Amino acid sequence: MAVQIPFATVSKVNKTVAVEDIFFTGLLEQCQINENEPEWLQNTRQQAKSWLSHLSVPSRKDEDWRFVDLSDLTAGKFVEPASKEASYETSLQETKNNRLVFVNGTYNAELSNVTALPKGIYAGNLTNLPQKHQAKTYFAQQHGMQDAFTSLNTAGGNDVAVIWASKNAVIETPIHLLFITDGEKKAAFTQPRILVVAESNSNFSLLEEYTGLGEYFTNAVTEIYVKDNARINHTRLQEESTVSYHIGKARDSHYTISEINLGAKLFRHNPEILQQGEQTVSNLNGLTVAMGKQTSDTHSIIALTKQSGITNQLHKCIVGDRAHTVFNGKVFVTKEAQMTDATQLNRNLMISPKARVDTKPELQITADNVKCAHGATVSQLEADEIFYLRSRGLSENDAIQLLIDAFATEIIDRVDIESLRNRVKKTIEQKIKEANG
Amino acid sequence: MSETILSIRNLTANVDGTPILKGVNLEIKAGEVHAIMGRNGSGKSTLSKIIAGHPDYEVTGGEIIYQGESILDQEPNERANSGIFLAFQYPLAIPGVSNLDFMRVAYNAKQKYLGLEEIDTFDFEDLIEEKLEVVKMNPSFLARSLNEGFSGGEKKRNEILQMALLDPTLTILDEIDSGLDIDALRIVSDGVNQLKTPDKGYLVITHYQRLLDYIEPDVVHVMKDGEIITSGGKELALELESRGYDFLDDKSTAGVGV
Ligand SMILES: Nc1ncnc2c1ncn2[C@@H]1O[C@H](COP(=O)(O)OP(=O)(O)O)[C@@H](O)[C@H]1O
Ligand SMILES: [Mg+2]
Repeated sequence: MAVQIPFATVSKVNKTVAVEDIFFTGLLEQCQINENEPEWLQNTRQQAKSWLSHLSVPSRKDEDWRFVDLSDLTAGKFVEPASKEASYETSLQETKNNRLVFVNGTYNAELSNVTALPKGIYAGNLTNLPQKHQAKTYFAQQHGMQDAFTSLNTAGGNDVAVIWASKNAVIETPIHLLFITDGEKKAAFTQPRILVVAESNSNFSLLEEYTGLGEYFTNAVTEIYVKDNARINHTRLQEESTVSYHIGKARDSHYTISEINLGAKLFRHNPEILQQGEQTVSNLNGLTVAMGKQTSDTHSIIALTKQSGITNQLHKCIVGDRAHTVFNGKVFVTKEAQMTDATQLNRNLMISPKARVDTKPELQITADNVKCAHGATVSQLEADEIFYLRSRGLSENDAIQLLIDAFATEIIDRVDIESLRNRVKKTIEQKIKEANG
Repeated sequence: MSETILSIRNLTANVDGTPILKGVNLEIKAGEVHAIMGRNGSGKSTLSKIIAGHPDYEVTGGEIIYQGESILDQEPNERANSGIFLAFQYPLAIPGVSNLDFMRVAYNAKQKYLGLEEIDTFDFEDLIEEKLEVVKMNPSFLARSLNEGFSGGEKKRNEILQMALLDPTLTILDEIDSGLDIDALRIVSDGVNQLKTPDKGYLVITHYQRLLDYIEPDVVHVMKDGEIITSGGKELALELESRGYDFLDDKSTAGVGV
């Protein structure tokens, strides 16, 4: 039975100002400086360092963090891994000649293959970016750059993955960005950073994948610029060992994202979309599967500031065992954003009585001529549905599996890479099986 | 004497502590069609769900013997795989579960149980295509989610399609006629009649005599307040139709009275 949860009021953000946070300074000390980076970038990193010195780790007193306990994270002795080579085999048929691999935050040319990239698209790291592309005018320029974890990334990072699509560039096959963190020998701290610039009329798909071994803390930041009439179909996959920590940020103005969150002991995701042009369209599709003691928190912000924008957000969570999922989705429609069409829905499937779901969809509208709808549902597996399937010969586990698949399919089917869809389905099946032990 | 498919003896059952079935006796032999009629709320669906193994009902006494074995301890899927099939009065719609995939998984569950080879997607499509003829169903229904957006009649046809596919030994049809117009009723009953064989048993639950013009019963039982209060030939159904269920009230009082 689906229970409708009425939407709650807009939260107040408590900015905590503190002197030199030990956690952050400790992490920064472990970061290596990349001498090959251009001067402007080193300056930007210095600037972020000074922002960071005024920030502390968010606590549960901060409205935006009140559901997440970061004490495990701050207590962890995370260090940057000594080895930059992970023994990791990955292959997706569709992207085998379109793949950039970063191991422990650093570009790995050997594991990468970009031979299928057409003219007009650059995919590589920032140090090798052709001069004609002005990364300086884009890097760390998005809204929200002074947030604690984003500043940490900017201050301590030592490589940047860049996807740059020139005007009218079109690429059929998805570009695959794979970030591998190897924390098997020692707990690892890595900070993947991505800059995507889609110039006008360009069109491509991007697959961002995070995976790793052992114990690690990944603090990823993605900045995306989508210019006039450009299109990006973005898929984001977290499929990590469950002893990892992950905090990521994606920001953008006009595109489709499908994100699948399967791994991480603690996962916090802040997608922020700022629609700054008229008639922009954003589709956000999210699927989180949390089992065991996982905590998965998605805080999304969509801001519509111009006329006739469209956004559709559907975020689904499957929560089992003692896992905990959080969804906080803010949609801001400013006065100028007349004729906005915005929908936001968070649907949660609880498959264990000990699981926990917190959900808070929020609309803040100042325009008067708009179509906006939002809501959240929390449901459980229906005993009668299970019985119906069992009466046709399916075992209880198979029946449950099929119903969970049915819930997840709506999002998985929106991923445009077939072999990835199949892989995700298998991984979810495996996760549920393990949970049912 | 032909083989007994189903034998129910003194079956009593509760739901949430309330007795619903109060001593049901029923015996179905191979080749026989039994009909159960009765007012709404008399316990017909409860009986059918208990035979199929629904966990909401607690059997408090009696026996259900299927092909010589007690099935009370068996899981619903075990019962299904060994040949018990219930076409539901209200088949559920399950969004996101493809009708085709669901049928293949169900078919393969039975194959596996019987120690037979599981069928692949391609061969299954041929097999199901054949079965669609039985209920004159359009293949487009296979691509849709299980029963989602199906009309009442389409849901019932989809149930009979599953019956055709799973080839059960004991078929229970719970108000397969409800919500059907006359054409759909004919298609559904034709389907059942095509599938009928002398080595199998059939239990047809209905509120109306009309269905029994199409699927002819050998025995008609009347259920009231959790019991089978009277049984007879198919003329009993006609009598119920003309005189209404009220005449049973007199009859049962007469039976109970000294
Ligand atoms: N799951 C249930 N919970 C509570 N009461 C039930 C349940 N199933 C059946 N009943 C009750 O049992 C009685 C018989 O119902 P049912 O078997 O559906 O009758 P019929 O199919 O003959 O119309 C009714 O009074 C009904 O309310
Ligand atoms: Mg009924």
